[in-house]
Amino acid sequence: MTTLKPGEVNLGTTIMAVKFDGGVVIAADSRTSTGTYVANRVTDKLTKVEERIYCCRSGSAADTQAVADIVKYHLDLYTSQHDEMPTVKVAASLFQEICYQNKNNLSAWIIVAGWDKQTGGDVFEIPIGGSLHRPEFAIAGSGSSYISGFCDKSYRPGMSKEECIEFAKNAVGLAITRDGSSGGVIRLAVITKDGVERQVVYGNELPTQYTG
Amino acid sequence: MTPLIEPNTGFKFDNVKRNQLLSDKGYMTPTATKTGTTIVGLLYKDGVVLGADTRATSGPIVADKNCRKIHYLAPNMYCCGAGTAADTDYTTNMVGSQLALHALNTGREARVVTAMTKLKQYLFRYQGHVGAALILGGVDVTGPHLFTIHPHGSTDKLPYVTMGSGSLCAMSVFESSWRPNLTRDEAVEMVKDAIESGIFNDLGSGSNVDVCVITKDNVEYIRGHSQPNERVAKEQSYRFAAGTTEFIGSKAGAPAEGAAAMDVSA
Repeated sequence: MTTLKPGEVNLGTTIMAVKFDGGVVIAADSRTSTGTYVANRVTDKLTKVEERIYCCRSGSAADTQAVADIVKYHLDLYTSQHDEMPTVKVAASLFQEICYQNKNNLSAWIIVAGWDKQTGGDVFEIPIGGSLHRPEFAIAGSGSSYISGFCDKSYRPGMSKEECIEFAKNAVGLAITRDGSSGGVIRLAVITKDGVERQVVYGNELPTQYTG
Repeated sequence: MTPLIEPNTGFKFDNVKRNQLLSDKGYMTPTATKTGTTIVGLLYKDGVVLGADTRATSGPIVADKNCRKIHYLAPNMYCCGAGTAADTDYTTNMVGSQLALHALNTGREARVVTAMTKLKQYLFRYQGHVGAALILGGVDVTGPHLFTIHPHGSTDKLPYVTMGSGSLCAMSVFESSWRPNLTRDEAVEMVKDAIESGIFNDLGSGSNVDVCVITKDNVEYIRGHSQPNERVAKEQSYRFAAGTTEFIGSKAGAPAEGAAAMDVSA
């Protein structure tokens, strides 16, 4: 699916973001692979680009790290120049500009999510190619194919923060079970006006699922 | 008429046509010396310990039996290199030089994240063509840090890392033994075990174990900390007894025109 160069480090991945009234819940697995070897089994794919704006990275590890670093730089400059925090839409737009204009040289499938004063919680998705989408919830990465059905059936508009967290845990947990490129622990973050709460969910704490 | 301006950055591909012509005539391109390699790093109670084997290979041949794979970057930072030997040497040397200037410009000791950022941005720019896989370790004002940097420019921050063809062997040692707050002796022993695992189980790694212990106040570079591959004493002396070759006389001719005498001193 992703056109990685031989030997390039791959963020195989399952990542997702869900909006709720007051913020967003973002989640990711923690596996980075080079071929069949797991280069990092505790990766943090939830990357801060501003105080209340995170991106979830999947695709090439090198490409997504480089793009996120550049966007972080631009948002830092924005904050200095405007004397106010950028909106999630601004961050997503910057991601899109880089991903679209360099589409031939990048392998990145990114979800941008966070909280801002204007909109509250906001979620954007930028697939390979650099198009911009603004869904209520987004799933991405190689593991996302296995949970599209589960997510479409489970999601209800107007879920509470706790319901969104359970939804994310279940979805990423199911994807990890089925996708070889996803694994390790589940990293979660809840972003609201009051801050960012991060948590780690280990395999033995996963919601129950059929395992044979 | 427009002047031909040669670009002075990036790779030049002028020799591609020449190389193609040569290989068509049967002259194969020489293989780059790769370090094969087992390199490791781990965080312990007081800082970081880096380790490396000392074999450099050129295809199936061992080009250097005792090369240095732990490179100096700054007084408080060292970097192990796997992949193409020329690339690791040049890249670490170049960034080490940039760090020295940076430290002078800022009036501060260089930070490990600074070296990591300079290295990853350089490698990303060359899109993986600079074959340097690095383990960067050091201690700065913010504490001890350990990073891995892959040739395409991605980095990971971890408490224990391995790279190179022997990385799987070495990682099996770490995954079964590492725990936080190891003592210095436990850490060095674990690094030695991990590298030896690579030396004996990976064909691309061999010879000795080099170790580098970095703490807040001190760096200890231990070249040849373990030497499990010393050549055994020869079983017999191969010296010929005096008189084996019958001596019938000597005659010295004048040296060829323009030839310099050969230096035969020991």
